[in-house]
Amino acid sequence: MPFQYLDELAEGFLTTLSLTLLSAVGALVIGTVLAAMRVSPVPVLRAVGTTYVQLVRNTPLPVLAVLFALGLPVLGPSFGFFTWAVLALAVYTGAFVCEALRSGINAVGVGQGEAARAIGLGFGQTMRLVVLPQAFRTVVPPLGNVLIALTKNTAVAATISVADITLRSNALITSSADPLGVIGASALAYLVITLPLGLAVDRLEGRVAVVR
Amino acid sequence: MRRTRTARLALLGLTTALALSACGSDDEGGSAAPAPEQTTFEAGTTMAAIQERGTIRIGVKYDQPLFGERQLSGDVEGLDVEMGKIIAAKLGLAEDDIEFVEAVSRNREPFLQQGQVDLVIATYTINDTRKEVVDFAGPYYITGQSLLVAADDDSIGGKEDLAGKTVCSVTGSTPLERIKTEAPQATVIEFDTYGRCAQAVLNDQADAVTTDEAILLGLLLGAEEDFKVVGEQFSEEPYGIGLKKGDQAFRDFLNDTIEASYEDGSYQEALEATVGQVQDELPEGPPVDRY
Amino acid sequence: MSAAVNAFGDPLGPRGRRRALVASVVSGLVVLVLLYLAYRRLSDRGQLDARRWEELLSGEGLEFLATGLVNTVRVAAVAIVTSLAVGTVVALGRLSRLAPVRWVATTYVQLFRALPSLLLIIFSFYGLNQLFIDQGSATRVSAEVAIVLGLTLYNSAVIAEVVRAGVRSLPRGQSEAASALGLRRGQAQRFVLLPQAFLRMLPALVSQAVTTLKDTAYGTVIGFDDLLRRGQLAGETTRSPLQGLVLAAVGYIVLCFVVSQVAAYLERRVTRRFGGRTQVTGVEDVTT
Repeated sequence: MPFQYLDELAEGFLTTLSLTLLSAVGALVIGTVLAAMRVSPVPVLRAVGTTYVQLVRNTPLPVLAVLFALGLPVLGPSFGFFTWAVLALAVYTGAFVCEALRSGINAVGVGQGEAARAIGLGFGQTMRLVVLPQAFRTVVPPLGNVLIALTKNTAVAATISVADITLRSNALITSSADPLGVIGASALAYLVITLPLGLAVDRLEGRVAVVR
Repeated sequence: MRRTRTARLALLGLTTALALSACGSDDEGGSAAPAPEQTTFEAGTTMAAIQERGTIRIGVKYDQPLFGERQLSGDVEGLDVEMGKIIAAKLGLAEDDIEFVEAVSRNREPFLQQGQVDLVIATYTINDTRKEVVDFAGPYYITGQSLLVAADDDSIGGKEDLAGKTVCSVTGSTPLERIKTEAPQATVIEFDTYGRCAQAVLNDQADAVTTDEAILLGLLLGAEEDFKVVGEQFSEEPYGIGLKKGDQAFRDFLNDTIEASYEDGSYQEALEATVGQVQDELPEGPPVDRY
Repeated sequence: MSAAVNAFGDPLGPRGRRRALVASVVSGLVVLVLLYLAYRRLSDRGQLDARRWEELLSGEGLEFLATGLVNTVRVAAVAIVTSLAVGTVVALGRLSRLAPVRWVATTYVQLFRALPSLLLIIFSFYGLNQLFIDQGSATRVSAEVAIVLGLTLYNSAVIAEVVRAGVRSLPRGQSEAASALGLRRGQAQRFVLLPQAFLRMLPALVSQAVTTLKDTAYGTVIGFDDLLRRGQLAGETTRSPLQGLVLAAVGYIVLCFVVSQVAAYLERRVTRRFGGRTQVTGVEDVTT
């Protein structure tokens, strides 16, 4: 049976896909909240946001994943490994989403905020109606790259017993007697997700780019 | 390729030189290691070569409590290490003349084939596939696949109780594959180390860890209140001493040494000091297999 | 903390200041309560007991971990150097006038940039060794070599793009001036374009180095004796797994933080040097 392993890799592919989607949603939520904290006028919130980003960004993802999956249960919470993987990925990627958004917010000209204030908008309104819509457009490319990186980073789930593409191909490389076939097939499985994402980012970039 | 090989050889020479210079200077003694014997071996044999060189390189596990575990101090301890010391003593070498290097499971055959080590004593199961590329002396210890569960868990008494339970083993290992057929209704999870599996049991994320009982006993060490080993062994894993294929004289010497250690009690002593820490009833030394 | 300003750098008005103060106090209290709860949980479960830390933090324990740290740094340093070298070559390939060379370079970049480093490390180790075994060869790829190889494949693809963007961002006048001086294309690239591109892309290159450093932790999967593995082993030997991992994490954070600070410093220097005008866009922060 030459291509017997394709079934297993296909299952791994679905796992990788759902890991990517779920943690992307989580990361966007966490990142947005963090970015709001980091640009807020409240010093404590800023400090919390900055500390979070600095700590998480400088921790290797595999360390974070193991700390989550096997460390945190010591303190009580109990989830399945898939859930821990999604949480670790969301928490990690959230820091990068935050930085992408923040650079977008910073890129919105100071005059925009001043103008919004001049016509009587409050901080929340200024953010919601003037700054964020513009910021979101400038952040499409960096945000897209963060999502592509996230797709690749889901491989970390293999280190905590989630049977994604990487874990399956790790087991198959030695057991299937066709290492090259496994390598090719699993590389292809990742490319199926990352290449279209990359193209989509390029497209969007052209369409929504803010000309300044 | 060639350059790396020469570099490696140069490095080997260097470490040998270091080991040689080290053995003259510090002589701590202290431990209960068998005293070196002065035997002479026929010229041309591996034994004579090692004796001439004055140092022996042995591949052991670094992460296998009771068999080969590196301590924070850097020393390696365990039954495999003790067996190495017994053999070194028969070759007339002192404890300081032994160079222990880490052998991870997938490295063991290449280490021997390339001559990076003289011996591999690393929870090394004797089987036919491996016999095609390396030779084995021994066995010196026989174990089998078994189960480790939480100390307060009475719901699992053996592999037949695993239906609906979660069992953990190491990615790509034989026990992982075997448990899938032995307990098809169990959920199987996998990590890259058994330590992580044990942690998963502590966290209630898994119900049992499965692998060779020898390794499970190691997990038990220092955690006797948390875990227990249950059930009959459902495979037979004879641990042997790996050596380069085709060196019949060396293999005979090793087998003789193992048998002698059964006779003079040094084997029992080694077993007592290691596996004895977690097991009261210790097995007899298994008969060596001069295949 | 400096005077309260809003997102646009304006000082807050009196009402804004009052609100910011209230929000600060409330959020500060929430943070304190959360920290306290975490502390209580940790101490209730005996995770803060001295016995769980003593052995790890003893001279022996720290030395054990430090060796892992050294291994991590060594393998990262080698991987960064090889990635830079290979990445530069591939970037030149992408800028080549020969179409086949461009195709090869482009395929290389697109392929390896799109794959997880962990997968590349696993391939380099198990995949290559399996192939060697199948062919009856005695040669084996060691864990250390496999990590360097896997990380180089991935990072050189990223670096190639960074360097290419750097070269592209230089004003045309640079290459025109070079050819006016009689330099050939290759010479112009080597003596005029690449040095400037590297300088300009320095911040991006350093943050890619941080990524490489962090990704070495995947080496644990193939049994490399790095900081993560040693943290894990030390935790197992002393029966304090959580503590061992936490210490390893602290080691990584300190290490990466130092390198990140270097990146930030360089970014300021470079921005100042180019007056902020010529900031390169199009190469986003790929360091995730």
